[in-house]
Amino acid sequence: MLRRRLDIPLNRDGSVRFLPWIIALMVYLAGLALSGTLVLQAALDHWNRSLTGTLTVQVPPAEAGAPDPLPAVLALLRGTPGVVSAEPLTRAATAKLIEPWLGSALTPEELALPRLVDLRIDPAAPPDLAALRTRLAAAAPGAALDDHRLWLDRLAALVMSIEATALAIVALIGGAAVLTVVFTTRAGLAVHHAVIEVLHLIGARDGYIAAQFQRQALELGLRGGLVGLLLTVLTLVGIGHAGAATALFGEDVRLLPSLRLALWQWPLLAALPLAAAVIAMLTARFTVLRALKRMP
Amino acid sequence: MVRFENVGMRYGAGPEVLRDITMDLAAGSFHFLTGPSGAGKTSLLKLMYLAERPSRGLISLFGRDIATTPRRELPAIRRKIGVVFQDFRLIDHLSAFDNVALPLRVAGLGEEQIHEHVTELLRWVGLADKLNARPATLSGGQQQRVAIARAVIGRPSLLLADEPTGNVDDEMALRLLRLFEEMNKLGTTLVIATHNEALVTRFGHARLHLENGELTQLRARERQAG
Repeated sequence: MLRRRLDIPLNRDGSVRFLPWIIALMVYLAGLALSGTLVLQAALDHWNRSLTGTLTVQVPPAEAGAPDPLPAVLALLRGTPGVVSAEPLTRAATAKLIEPWLGSALTPEELALPRLVDLRIDPAAPPDLAALRTRLAAAAPGAALDDHRLWLDRLAALVMSIEATALAIVALIGGAAVLTVVFTTRAGLAVHHAVIEVLHLIGARDGYIAAQFQRQALELGLRGGLVGLLLTVLTLVGIGHAGAATALFGEDVRLLPSLRLALWQWPLLAALPLAAAVIAMLTARFTVLRALKRMP
Repeated sequence: MVRFENVGMRYGAGPEVLRDITMDLAAGSFHFLTGPSGAGKTSLLKLMYLAERPSRGLISLFGRDIATTPRRELPAIRRKIGVVFQDFRLIDHLSAFDNVALPLRVAGLGEEQIHEHVTELLRWVGLADKLNARPATLSGGQQQRVAIARAVIGRPSLLLADEPTGNVDDEMALRLLRLFEEMNKLGTTLVIATHNEALVTRFGHARLHLENGELTQLRARERQAG
């Protein structure tokens, strides 16, 4: 289909020589922006999933001489319908949490740190959190229930603003691609005006002439788009390797969050060259049809 | 077939190159279009093959008023018109075969039919061995024959030729004129612009004569008739 004879020698036209490379670059940039968006969305979904159904209860340390409020809090929590489990973090685990900042010289007892309770709830029948908060405050003044919602909401807002920016970038790249094809097509119309006029005068319909331009634009768009997609994939694989888990101080540490795309996200990325080619084809067609309307 | 009523034409804001052209060419007629250089012969042909629009007056082709014919219907009218351009206007990157095949391809004919018709016609104009030759490798006369073959391949109802014998020898000129006469006998209406008085005299067809953008001969005849 793509190798049909061209009445208009568009394939020898210098003005289109760089079009595949320009489209490749645009698809590459759009691919990076899109995959960034998809990765962020996947990460947000993952955080959302892993934090849904978990709560943290923070129990302040007992006043001097007062009884430890932790057993009463645990009894309250475990007796609440919808709570699957309520497990306090051991003092050793709490000490490990603060160790990177304060070192191991001080113990949680010396610092009067609050006790943390890891609460798992039934997502299908969650407890009434407002009522639970009130009862907790009564059982242990100063106890706080953290459902991570604030943190997740802020994270979601951040991710959404990044996504909106990335999609705006993709739209701008699309606009730039359209303008590039418009100018290239106009250059082609000017260069091949004599041939186009002959075709017009021997009775070629506008669609016949436009088809030659659109076929050329589709082929170049597809070629450039595939190069752009290849560069995108190579970049993603490269960044994935660079951010892979590294042994650091005896522990596996990921320098970057996972950049792996979900299976359903790959077709979206793979559709970019096709979208670029179709945009180029339609742009060329409408540019030519518009120009031909000026002929008698 | 071709009717002009008080047609005037100018390029842009320039002076009128054609003035008050009124004529009615019957279907199946054969006219030579004569006149000195710059008289407006090519402009008159351009109006007939719809490359230009008149600045005033009415043009009717095949019974259709061109001014009121929708643009989408003009290609079908153009396909009924064969044109031999003065400067041939062959497409450089296409072979002689593909140049001649263009009107048939544009009309949507099958490749098998195209091959048969084009090969036969190029053989008839003496270019059987030049099917795959590019225009740049052909002599002026050969290019002109390819241009003529392209104009007649679609068996047009109206054939317009601008100096079609300008670059060929006398023998080929006669041969081409005989081809035109054959087409005329089959019903094609012809208008041939030429400077070649010998041919005009020899073939003795009706003459449209232009002087300074006006059809003088017809007016003289009209005056005689009046």
